[in-house]
Amino acid sequence: MRAVGSLWWREILRFARQRSRVTGALVQPLLFWLLLGSGLSPSFRPPGAPAGLGYLAYLYPGILVLVLLFTAIFATISTVEDRQSGFLQGVLASPLARSGIVLGQALGGTTLAVGQGALLLALAPLAGLSLSLPGLLASVVVLALVGFALTSLGLVIAWRLQSTQGFHAIMNLILIPIWLLSGAFFPAGGVASPLAWVMRLDPLTYGLAALRRCLAFPSPMPAGELPGLALSLGVTVLFGAAMFGVAAATARRSAAA
Amino acid sequence: MSVPAVELRDLRQRYGDRVALDGVSLTVAPGEIVALLGPNGSGKSTLFKILATLLEPTEGSARIFGHDVRRDADAVRRQMGVVFQQPSIDKLLSVEENLLHHGALYGLARATLRTRVAAMLERFGLTERRGERVGRLSGGLARRVELAKALVVGAEVLLLDEPSTGLDPLARREFLAHLGELRDRDGITVLLTTHHLDEAERADRVAILDRGRVVTLGAPEELKAALGGEVLVIQVASAERLRERVRLRLGLEAAVVDGAVRLEAPRAHEIVPRLVDAFPDEIRSITYGKPTLEDVFVHLTGRRFAAAGTS
Repeated sequence: MRAVGSLWWREILRFARQRSRVTGALVQPLLFWLLLGSGLSPSFRPPGAPAGLGYLAYLYPGILVLVLLFTAIFATISTVEDRQSGFLQGVLASPLARSGIVLGQALGGTTLAVGQGALLLALAPLAGLSLSLPGLLASVVVLALVGFALTSLGLVIAWRLQSTQGFHAIMNLILIPIWLLSGAFFPAGGVASPLAWVMRLDPLTYGLAALRRCLAFPSPMPAGELPGLALSLGVTVLFGAAMFGVAAATARRSAAA
Repeated sequence: MSVPAVELRDLRQRYGDRVALDGVSLTVAPGEIVALLGPNGSGKSTLFKILATLLEPTEGSARIFGHDVRRDADAVRRQMGVVFQQPSIDKLLSVEENLLHHGALYGLARATLRTRVAAMLERFGLTERRGERVGRLSGGLARRVELAKALVVGAEVLLLDEPSTGLDPLARREFLAHLGELRDRDGITVLLTTHHLDEAERADRVAILDRGRVVTLGAPEELKAALGGEVLVIQVASAERLRERVRLRLGLEAAVVDGAVRLEAPRAHEIVPRLVDAFPDEIRSITYGKPTLEDVFVHLTGRRFAAAGTS
């Protein structure tokens, strides 16, 4: 466990020492949220939303998840860079099991994701959301679960890649679409049914639904077509466990060089 | 006899049709420094990866203090410090953080680790630079951190892949001196791959690798002495023709290597005047020397060391 802890701590140190990463991971989603949210606010009204809940507020949980996604992407790039720089060789020649290596990486990424998510949570009042304390705590837990799942997904990709080339294609084809289709951007209620089905199959939909419900706690969710909390949490935990399992298996098979 | 530090038996590695190792056997005693000398493509990197447990051999066995790299990789990893050709330290971490992190990967208890890290920093003259980020260190110093990192885990066998890559001659000599000291003071076994002849000269024994096979194994002095004394390299316009004529007129067996005629003889310097008298118009230059490991390689493979990697 000391080994896993050390890998975790390294991820955090490395993040803190790369100022551009710190800035980028925070400012980008914030800008995105403010520009997009305020731009679309006048024309967009979530179905079933009480009057006064603008697009800025609708988009807010989606932006939280986007922060998690960005962190997962950074965890991916970081792992590929470790391979390229040669650092990973030393880790692979150590007695630590491959699953332990992946766990350290995933926990490091998750911690960073939750940390950044928590900073953004502090801005919730700006989105017109007043959070209850239980709602806030539950939201942090959901952020951790979703962050772990997304980081693990990133690691599945990272352990297959030899270089960061081609990573953009993967990002555009996999990571961004699962975010776009999670209901972060628009609710499933208003779209054609094939797309609604795709959204229902997107595991991130459930993470986002759980987050929406926790943020709104104790009041019931305004947008009516969200999956229930128990289902959402269940799918999110399964998603995380499955992604971690695949990432560990990928690492075991991965060639060392 | 005690258990050998490293024992390779008929090790073979194939990548598809390509044979990288073609039956390598080698035994290294505890406390010995052995260099695996070979040009690029000789198989030494493959051998290194197998010993570092990063590649499973197709056939044969490799054991470290009796532990098989395939069946008992965990025990092998615990006993071995590995220095890769490519740096494996984190440039964003300090010298000390790198050592602490690496030790933690090996599951060392915090107190033990602190003591060992302090000892290693002292040992390699890094104590004053311990807080500095590795990315800011010179090449020689960074290489020392690699060595300290490999040893901080309490390794009994040190495995190094082209350790002096990117070092200037002074830093290289210093690095090799450190290896000798490790062996003398701590009885650490060192196995290193290299394509630098001077690096191999410093080892207790040299195994020369060519095309996946060990072509010879012995102390550097022994290998050179076996060549029988002295070497002449004669530059001429037509090496093949001169070789033939040397055989007919002087009764000496020469070889053509890389466009030059090469003669090995116990007292080769005595032949020089005879050569110049016999072929005054053809000879451009004659180089005379005691055999080097390069000559050993040429003698055994018929190719020059530097040229072998690319051919």
